[in-house]
Amino acid sequence: MKRAGFTTVWLPVALLLPQLLIIAIFFYWPAAWAVQSSFYLQDPFGFGSTFVGFENYTDLLQNVEYAKVARFTVIYTVLVTFFSLALALLLAVKADAVIRGAKTYRTLLMWVYAIAPPVAGFLGLMFFDQRNGPLTEMFQFFGWDFRLGADFNSTATAMVIVAVWKQIPVNFIFFLSGLQSIPKSVREAALIDNRSATGRFWDVTFPLLAPTAFFLLIINITYSLFDTFGIVDTLVRSEPGNNPVTLVYKVFVDGFRGNDLGGSSAQSVILMILVLVLTIFQFRLIERRIHYT
Amino acid sequence: MAQVTLDRVRKTYPNGHEAVQPCTVEIPDGELVVLVGPSGCGKSTLLRMIAGLEDITEGSLSIGPDVVNHKDPADRNIAMVFQNYALYPHMTVAKNMGYGLKNRGASKAEIDQKVAEAARILNLGDYLDRRPSQLSGGQRQRVAMGRAIVRDPELFLFDEPLSNLDAKLRNQMRIEIRALQQRLGVTSVYVTHDQVEAMTMADRIIVLNGGRVEQIGTPSEIYERPASTFVAGFMGAPPMNLMQARVLNGAVQLDGTTKLTLAPPAVATDTVLVGFRPEDVRLGGDGSAVLEVAIVEELGAHRLLHGTLGGQSFSISVGKDETAQVGPQPITLPQDRVHFFHPERGTRL
Repeated sequence: MKRAGFTTVWLPVALLLPQLLIIAIFFYWPAAWAVQSSFYLQDPFGFGSTFVGFENYTDLLQNVEYAKVARFTVIYTVLVTFFSLALALLLAVKADAVIRGAKTYRTLLMWVYAIAPPVAGFLGLMFFDQRNGPLTEMFQFFGWDFRLGADFNSTATAMVIVAVWKQIPVNFIFFLSGLQSIPKSVREAALIDNRSATGRFWDVTFPLLAPTAFFLLIINITYSLFDTFGIVDTLVRSEPGNNPVTLVYKVFVDGFRGNDLGGSSAQSVILMILVLVLTIFQFRLIERRIHYT
Repeated sequence: MAQVTLDRVRKTYPNGHEAVQPCTVEIPDGELVVLVGPSGCGKSTLLRMIAGLEDITEGSLSIGPDVVNHKDPADRNIAMVFQNYALYPHMTVAKNMGYGLKNRGASKAEIDQKVAEAARILNLGDYLDRRPSQLSGGQRQRVAMGRAIVRDPELFLFDEPLSNLDAKLRNQMRIEIRALQQRLGVTSVYVTHDQVEAMTMADRIIVLNGGRVEQIGTPSEIYERPASTFVAGFMGAPPMNLMQARVLNGAVQLDGTTKLTLAPPAVATDTVLVGFRPEDVRLGGDGSAVLEVAIVEELGAHRLLHGTLGGQSFSISVGKDETAQVGPQPITLPQDRVHFFHPERGTRL
């Protein structure tokens, strides 16, 4: 392979500098600040802070409310990840079967991806409106007194549905291109070896999609944990009260509404560690991932 | 084992393109039939229709006594070897070979026994636990063969199985496939664009051109009596020399200067295409035919002399012991090894 090099050391440094500055200012500095302030108890009016060591953390671990939010976040993440992956896979498999319409299909499904999370939340609000939301009416038709924003389970359901709906297009695109990269002859060989379409899917297609699926799993977990903030915020209408919230949302509520910057920082640090663990997990597995070539 | 019958089998695509014109062929039990032709001639389409990977537009296809037009590929009791092998990349060699059997409800012991048997035949014993990505091209080719033979099919289908291998391996695998097919006695259809493969492997050859069957015959029939100028040009390397000629007073006059005292074909045309195989022509002669040699191609066992005869391009093949040089060379055109073709239709006269 041909190697190109810089003649001076200053040009690469100058080219990298803007990016490094952005990372430093918007990522490392706030992160360092969060770590630092997680060891302090801030005065609510901003008149100073007291060093409290790990008290913010120990408080959190003993906090019933925090445990409840953590538990909800885990369930929420599992549900959103599972359903957005499963539904997207189903759609992709069906779209792949009709290649002719796939392009239109793909474009229509991609539109959803272009919607910003808070807007998705607002659309959700309309769907789940107490008086004339179509989904509310459907749930009521089946005998469920659905109350968005007032009933824990109703809000949780709405959050999962909107988050799943929002994430399906991304997964769909990845799954579809994954499916289309499986060599045609391999599928044809399977067609000769196995008469059952379901059998062929689980024995041949799915294992060959596994690298894509694994990548999407990580992406979706991250999405459910962190990127659904806008959806949560819109659906609970900034009134966490009896509503379910995720860990990320709780950081925001406790820090900026409750003015408990120390506790909120401790929560952020816990989330940062979580991301770190996820990332290590991802890299470890991706390194070991089988490349089918 | 089974006889395969194609009865006016035809393929038309939705856009109106006729990929295979009505084709009637009977393949006797245990024969290896080669479908050969240039790319786009419909040979792969025909094979894929037999496999059930393409719908048959018209006509009927039987494998054994049953018409299988509407049977799933998995129900046709066939095995196919693909050009790029189409191995399952996530399965080991053993799993690749046993997958079809497993889906037919074979017991584990039976699968193991058959896979071991196939691995022994193909010298794959040491590789059963490897994945396809850890194998060389030739080994992958063997696994694809193994996957086909463990199923004990009534019919083998080969879709250019050797074209991804290098020349040396290709020659070796060609012999191995042929030997294996003869030993197992399984009816086989083999698609290739390589006329050498077709000549060396086939019991019978089907030459296709533009979706149409040009000729069906044994390799020697195809070579000795090509049914058309297309077959004459396609089979044999270098191809048969074809020259424009006029029929004059009961003799054949090649365009240009050379005059032949050949008995003309009994057809009422005043022009005719005359064909000579390059190896039928001899160096030396009375000077009535002079080849203007432009290039000498050294092939070791023999030499190819390319040039012009009476202004038309002409090649001959001579033994390595004969002297060959650029420039005019008298040649002898054999009167008994001449082929005549219709000047417009290209059919044999």
